[in-house]
Amino acid sequence: MRFLTNILQLGIKELRSLSRDPALVLLIIYAFSLSIYSSATAVPEAPFRATIGVVNEDPSPLSYRILDGFQLPYFQPPQAITHAQMDSGMDAGRYTFTLNIPPDFQQDLLAGRQPTIQLNVDATQISQAFTGAGHIQQIISSEVTTFLQRYRSQGALPVEAVVRMNYNPNLDRSWFGAVNSVIDQITMLSIILTGAALIREREHGTIEHLLVMPVTPVEIMLAKVWSMGLVVLLASAFALRFVVGTWLAIPLGGSLGLFMLGAALHLFATTSMGIFFGTVARSMPQLGLLIILTLIPLQILSGGMTPRESMPEIIQRIMLAAPTTHFIELAQSILFRGAGVGIVWPQMLALAVIGGVFFLFALSRLRKSLS
Amino acid sequence: MTGFEDSVVSLKDVTLQYGRSRSEKVRALDALSLEVPSGRMVGLIGPDGVGKSSLMALVSGARRIQQGSVRVLGGDMANAEHRRLSCPRIAYMPQGLGKNLYPTLSIRENLEFFGRLFGQSKAERNLRIEDLTRSTGLEDFTERPAGKLSGGMKQKLGLCCALIHDPDLLILDEPTTGVDPLARNQFWELIARIRDERPHMSVMVATAYMDEAEGFDWLVAMDEGQILATGTPAEMLERTGRDNLEQAFIALLPEAKRALHQEVIIPPREASDEIAIEAHGLTKCFGDFTAVDHVNFRIERGEIFGFLGSNGCGKSTTMKMLTGLLPFSEGEAFLFGQPVDPNDLDTRQRVGYMSQAFSLYSELTVRQNLELHARLYQINGKEREARIQEVIERFSLGPVVDSLPAGLPLGVRQRLSLAVAVVHRPEILILDEPTSGVDPVARDSFWVELIRMSREEQVTIFISTHFMNEALRCDRMSLMHAGKVLDSDTPQALQQKRGAATLEAAFIAYLEDASDESAPESSFDSEQEAAPPQALQKGSAPPPSRFSFQRLFSYTHREAMELRRDPVRGMLALFGSVLLVFIIGYGISLDVEDLSYAVLDYDQTTSSQAYSLNLAGSRYFVETPPLTSIDELDERMRAGKISLGVIIPPGFGRDLKRGATPEIAFWVDGSMPTRADTIKGYAQGIHIDYLKTLARESLGVDADGGADVALRYRYNPDVQSLPAMVPAVIPILLMMIPAMLTALGVVREKEMGSIINFYVTPVTRTEFLLGKQLPYVVLGMLNFLIMVALAVFFFDVPVKGSFLTLTLAALLYVFCATGLGLLMSSVLSSQIAAVFGTVIVTLIPAVQFSGMIHPVSAMEGIGVVIGHIYPTAHFLIISRGVFAKALGMADLYAYFVPLLLAIPVLLLVSIAGLKQQEK
Repeated sequence: MRFLTNILQLGIKELRSLSRDPALVLLIIYAFSLSIYSSATAVPEAPFRATIGVVNEDPSPLSYRILDGFQLPYFQPPQAITHAQMDSGMDAGRYTFTLNIPPDFQQDLLAGRQPTIQLNVDATQISQAFTGAGHIQQIISSEVTTFLQRYRSQGALPVEAVVRMNYNPNLDRSWFGAVNSVIDQITMLSIILTGAALIREREHGTIEHLLVMPVTPVEIMLAKVWSMGLVVLLASAFALRFVVGTWLAIPLGGSLGLFMLGAALHLFATTSMGIFFGTVARSMPQLGLLIILTLIPLQILSGGMTPRESMPEIIQRIMLAAPTTHFIELAQSILFRGAGVGIVWPQMLALAVIGGVFFLFALSRLRKSLS
Repeated sequence: MTGFEDSVVSLKDVTLQYGRSRSEKVRALDALSLEVPSGRMVGLIGPDGVGKSSLMALVSGARRIQQGSVRVLGGDMANAEHRRLSCPRIAYMPQGLGKNLYPTLSIRENLEFFGRLFGQSKAERNLRIEDLTRSTGLEDFTERPAGKLSGGMKQKLGLCCALIHDPDLLILDEPTTGVDPLARNQFWELIARIRDERPHMSVMVATAYMDEAEGFDWLVAMDEGQILATGTPAEMLERTGRDNLEQAFIALLPEAKRALHQEVIIPPREASDEIAIEAHGLTKCFGDFTAVDHVNFRIERGEIFGFLGSNGCGKSTTMKMLTGLLPFSEGEAFLFGQPVDPNDLDTRQRVGYMSQAFSLYSELTVRQNLELHARLYQINGKEREARIQEVIERFSLGPVVDSLPAGLPLGVRQRLSLAVAVVHRPEILILDEPTSGVDPVARDSFWVELIRMSREEQVTIFISTHFMNEALRCDRMSLMHAGKVLDSDTPQALQQKRGAATLEAAFIAYLEDASDESAPESSFDSEQEAAPPQALQKGSAPPPSRFSFQRLFSYTHREAMELRRDPVRGMLALFGSVLLVFIIGYGISLDVEDLSYAVLDYDQTTSSQAYSLNLAGSRYFVETPPLTSIDELDERMRAGKISLGVIIPPGFGRDLKRGATPEIAFWVDGSMPTRADTIKGYAQGIHIDYLKTLARESLGVDADGGADVALRYRYNPDVQSLPAMVPAVIPILLMMIPAMLTALGVVREKEMGSIINFYVTPVTRTEFLLGKQLPYVVLGMLNFLIMVALAVFFFDVPVKGSFLTLTLAALLYVFCATGLGLLMSSVLSSQIAAVFGTVIVTLIPAVQFSGMIHPVSAMEGIGVVIGHIYPTAHFLIISRGVFAKALGMADLYAYFVPLLLAIPVLLLVSIAGLKQQEK
């Protein structure tokens, strides 16, 4: 009883402290509204809008058909350039791709001489270079094939391939971007709030005061976990319902309640992590750095930015220890694929275990750092 | 009001209000007018919270004038130009223990910082520091960090910092609060000596010690934001007809307040055989410094036991050990006969503790603080309401009950701390200098309450104090010096043992004995024989220049020193980034590979199996067991087990032979669009391959007779992850880490109080900000060089282009990054907000909008705007250009322009966001 009331009272104190910092409240509101909106809408809606420069030395029907194949939103309209402009244009980053259609291309093709189109790819543009090169090859190949087949007066293709997208039929990027951004904000805010709240208590000497009272470190910790967790949970529910659901008008499948449960577990893990950092760092400047150094890999390597399965094995393994990895999987399953508890329970379990480990770790550190 | 021919300070109709909302508005000064004569020692006396500190803050220029006129040293303090010119002539020491000091810097470094700020040369600085530390007895501790000093030593250091530049007007806000009697004597001797040398210097002092006030030239008695009376101490006594100032002060108060004052009467105590607190050989060592050295005492239940001793003698440490906050090195201690156990919650319930420094929640109002503590001590329901009301009345907190402690005067905060310490009716009270900074009336009512608790409720009170009249009220007391208890007895007995007329004399006699034994040339030698060094040219400092590199560098120096004191931070910044380059460089892969798929083959003919085989041959896909139904496809995709499901329709083989164009359906998991898109591309590619094979086999047409595409990956022909990622990761880390390093630079000073140095010294906003920025620019560049070295020598990612161009760009870029951190720091007012704000303005724009993954040209919406102005976007292009494309300045100069523009813009916005005075 005393245990619970202490946790409740200390938590209410955290909430009051938070409400005394209007700038922080404003930043939280921004993070869960405008920031999500801009992240969601800025990720290229169309897959590429890739820039392409073409040196066309064979003004033939075929070469124009190929160039017509480069359509928005995948490609910006191809720019006619000269040989000299190929290198300088790529150096300056004006073109991600340059294409050189050799002289007499169509003629050679029809004569069966297998002419070669040169495709240069700027490999530094990592997201476009590889998938884009694949697209271009396909466009060329299919245009050439249909051209040849039509020329040889053949009918339709022997087999049609129909590609359909599940869950997000138009591959609307903002869907993914928005949910991912909500997840990023949840992680970011919960770690910062709890870690900083602990350091603040230490820097202002108030933790010392708590420790002469009949209050235990577990209570101090749990109070921070529930109060800061609640703030973030409410903010994210608001963001999902109104920013993602209403403003961005993204149809979310699955149960919001189940997602919230998952988010609560995730918050248990991240708030514990925050407190853990608060016990490791000696001062706010140290904590700030520690947070930055953790947030970057959490954001980039948890599968929210590039697919997990294509990361090196070792990174995949390491990132299994990060709550975000499981939370992103859980969120995608629930919100996009409409998965139920039967499917996401392993992620929930993982979150609970990671949270528990961090919590115990933080608790033992807190006890030590306070004595 | 009497006019003076040469008043140094002249206030007219000055009104100052605090509080944001109308309901919490507090009027600190109410249409106050005052002329302060120059060249004199002027004392401000009055109860806590009557506006003394506000008045001093206005006069010093630390606080902005709201209404009325404030003229100081012949100029208007509302005028920024006059403030700038006069601030080297004014020295201000704010209230609170070491509020304007930097805790991680040593005494010497703190003093050096202030000396530099006022443009002193190294030689001059050293002379002055030597002089000041010797006269205040700090000379033996010059290398100790300010944060580790006792309260009294912090006050002395604060005074030294104020005196380092020979001010014409010295403003001291309760400078001797928490300072022991001996040190107080030294303190006033020092001031007297300085006044001898510089007779035209005016001094304004607020004090709670009436014996000090008696020695001043001229007094101002204040109450409720207004002046009650002014005049020499003699005039004051004459006017009130009292024989000492303490009583005169009480007599000056309005009727209602005077009625609150109670005489302190100590009823005799009945001896108790119960021992409440006991310590044997209690010892505490910090490293090789023994703070408390085998201390013994026994305190009976209901006794008021006093602790008297010089600053830093181990009083606070002893008290902390008793509360269980500090583990002891040796010895044993008992509370209620039980050994002290930090984990014993029941004992904590019976003890009340008040620490020396204010340690309640400044974000909670007075009532909320009381309520929180009452609840944590399990006082419930009606009883809590009643108890809180009771302590509010007893400690006169009524008028401030809904205010935040941060805005309250020291004395009121002390009252709140004591109220909190007693709210749960503890049986033992451990009070560490509870009355420091409290006005005489409130102090007496404090004691009335303590005595009542002791006599009526048998509460044991263990109290430390610097007031002799308070020590006299104790039942018994210990004299402590240098970690040892010199003697313990009743105050009267101690006096007799020494044959001294007053307790103070007895105390000094004891200390002198102890000092003689330990160190003959102790700092307690109150005689200052040493003449001040003649080399010092004492006189008014010349007016400060508008911009001074020395002031700028003094902040740089301070910041660098703080960074050096905290090597963990520097190491984190340097090695953390190395680790991240590594992880991210390897982690982000360019190819989407190992995609799991499954086939639902309704046909099960050789033709359909051939199609499946064709898929299985692809290096991009990993086959999982075949599907049996559409439902299974759904289920497995929902669980994220497969990202592609291929459905071969019934009759595929037959239709194919008939030329009826069968349709193969590819179901792609669209939840991650980038991946889905790649899968789509791969699937189509494989399908085309299949068609070609088909054509060759069945129609005898060599579809390969088409065209070849010669694919060349420029700049990274082998398509390795690292060469592609490293040039992108460096800009991101070089944004975030330096920004976070500076993000707390200003806001931390705001939160800790040392920002006041910026308000009242000649340093300008530009100097302040740039000065703070420079050390982190250096650290950032070091970070950059390490990352580049790592890339070149460890990852084999060569810098193909001009290294000089890259370094130059990095320098500009680091200026941008640190500038961004400072901007957040200047605008925001709490450290938490600054950390969060910095993460928001760096992480998302740098990672998402600057072209690391998606090029800026492909962005839409707000992303385009950010992508075009954000420094990372430009530095990323430069970095990739130099690393991978072998470019140099001639190709990349255009990207330098936005970086060059961003630096002054960030600085100007920071300047605009940074207030030059407290509001």
